[in-house]
Amino acid sequence: MNNMLVLPMLIPLIAAILLVFFKKQIKVQRSVSLAALLATAGVAVYILMEIEKKGILRLDFGGWHAPYGILFVADPFAMLLVAASSFVSAVCLLFAFSSIGRRLEELYVYSFILFLVAGVNGSFLTGDLFNLFVCFEVLLVASYVLLFIAGGKRQLKASVGYITLNILSSWFFLVAIGFLYGSAGTLNLAHLSERIAEAGQPPLFTSIGLLFLIVFSIKAGLLLYFWLPSSYSAPPPAIAALFGALLTKVGIYAIFRFFTLLFYHEPHITHKLIAIMAILTMAGGCLGAIAYSDIQKVISYNVVIAVGFLLAGLAVSTETALQGSIYYLIHDMIAKALLFMVGGIMVMAAGTSKMDRMSGLIGNYPVLGAVYFTVMLSLAGIPPFSGFLGKVLVGQGALASGSYILLAAAFLSSLLALYSLLRVFLSCFWGETIVSKADQLPMKKGWLVPCFILAAATLALGLGAESVAGHVTAAAKILADPQLYIDAVLGQK
Amino acid sequence: METLMIVLSGVLVTVGTYLLLSKSLLRIIIGTSVLSHAVHILLMALGGLKRGREPLVIETEEAYVDALPQALILTAIVIGFAVTAIFLVVAYKTYEASGSSRVDRIGRADHE
Repeated sequence: MNNMLVLPMLIPLIAAILLVFFKKQIKVQRSVSLAALLATAGVAVYILMEIEKKGILRLDFGGWHAPYGILFVADPFAMLLVAASSFVSAVCLLFAFSSIGRRLEELYVYSFILFLVAGVNGSFLTGDLFNLFVCFEVLLVASYVLLFIAGGKRQLKASVGYITLNILSSWFFLVAIGFLYGSAGTLNLAHLSERIAEAGQPPLFTSIGLLFLIVFSIKAGLLLYFWLPSSYSAPPPAIAALFGALLTKVGIYAIFRFFTLLFYHEPHITHKLIAIMAILTMAGGCLGAIAYSDIQKVISYNVVIAVGFLLAGLAVSTETALQGSIYYLIHDMIAKALLFMVGGIMVMAAGTSKMDRMSGLIGNYPVLGAVYFTVMLSLAGIPPFSGFLGKVLVGQGALASGSYILLAAAFLSSLLALYSLLRVFLSCFWGETIVSKADQLPMKKGWLVPCFILAAATLALGLGAESVAGHVTAAAKILADPQLYIDAVLGQK
Repeated sequence: METLMIVLSGVLVTVGTYLLLSKSLLRIIIGTSVLSHAVHILLMALGGLKRGREPLVIETEEAYVDALPQALILTAIVIGFAVTAIFLVVAYKTYEASGSSRVDRIGRADHE
């Protein structure tokens, strides 16, 4: 029992409800929301330290022990993601202060950002299937609102598609939960894992697992990513950064949890399918990233490539590859938020998102160019930055298990992602300066500071990988050995 | 009884899918509600249907109804309600912005 565990979800939730009463007081809104997210990140780091000392923590709500009650489970994997997502969303919030505009600030945008974070953190922490569904819905409803809050035609068009699709995928989620409850008789993840292992995962369970794979693939953008580029390029840059950093990651987390904890007995069916989907995702993402000349689309397709890469680590499923995926997941949250921010600033500064109408931005904004170059190197996996370690470990894992096709696809996709970002760099930052120094929009400090923070974070994560290594290793160990998780949840404490 | 309910659920899925594939936004929204009702009935059937039993374990009674699916359905109904409300707001906003509730006409002016 550890009541701390509920705080990463509770703090943003209460702050969000509180902010509803301060519609016009923008200063209060800003300070409360930022304080809430920083506190959440602090609590997450503290819990991470506790886990290191005491092992996996759990909180049985109302004192009802698993499998009867619902519970929160804090294992290193979940807590690392909670810490990273709270930190990144705090920085996105900082970026929103200077970029989102007073009209949206009065439309409760900060409340919805906090609701989104609450839903995301809840999804990471929950140890119960139905609770996962509820947390998913919390974050989805917040994301619907954040998508159409700006209220332009483009946002509305994107949100109609996005909402319909997500209602449908939530529907599949419910159906799958129903089937799983009907056949296993429990909804506690650890208990389910035990029951499925006892039954030896017969075809019935495998097909339910595949149904879950469809559900989470839609959310994560694994192969079923067709909705992603249009809805990620529609909202204001601060919200796009938040989406790019958090939304797909929750789906990826769920796929990892399900196919390491529950449906891991038939890897030649499920994990092979994931491998094929990952390769196709990387291929499709690369094609999109290279084909479009709209910066926001290029950046959105880069999200898709990363999803494919992350799931390649799961498809290999050795401990090293899982470690790599966890590193890369944290790295990708930071780097994608940064990429969306820089892209958003470029669009705001140039007044267009078309690459061929931008040129020579480096003459106007040299610092922005440097930050863009940093994030490009980080995403490509150049050593001092954080992308490197993840790529190396996934590569090692793939080599060790002999998945050469997956390995080739993963590294080819890295190269093509680098190419697509380099293309943006060459066409937008280099070349003749179109806007003269006198006419250019002044670069706001509030735009650059969050970028610096994230750029520093990606460098720090790359250089100081030692500091998270212990947690990542522990997380991968638990993913590779479900019994550790089961004992922590069902064992008496 | 369970078979009947599952058939009913299947019929609702058919209706919901048909509505979902139409071009009018309102029909799509009704389609999503019908679909969610289909899954509620499915959940109910999966929990086992026993007539005239309460979802309580009582010492004198042999049989009881599993309460968990009912709790799930209750939660799912509430969530479905909220999502439908938001979707209706989006549909209304879209209608205001584009003067049409047909999906293929949204944002036509956007392409310049």
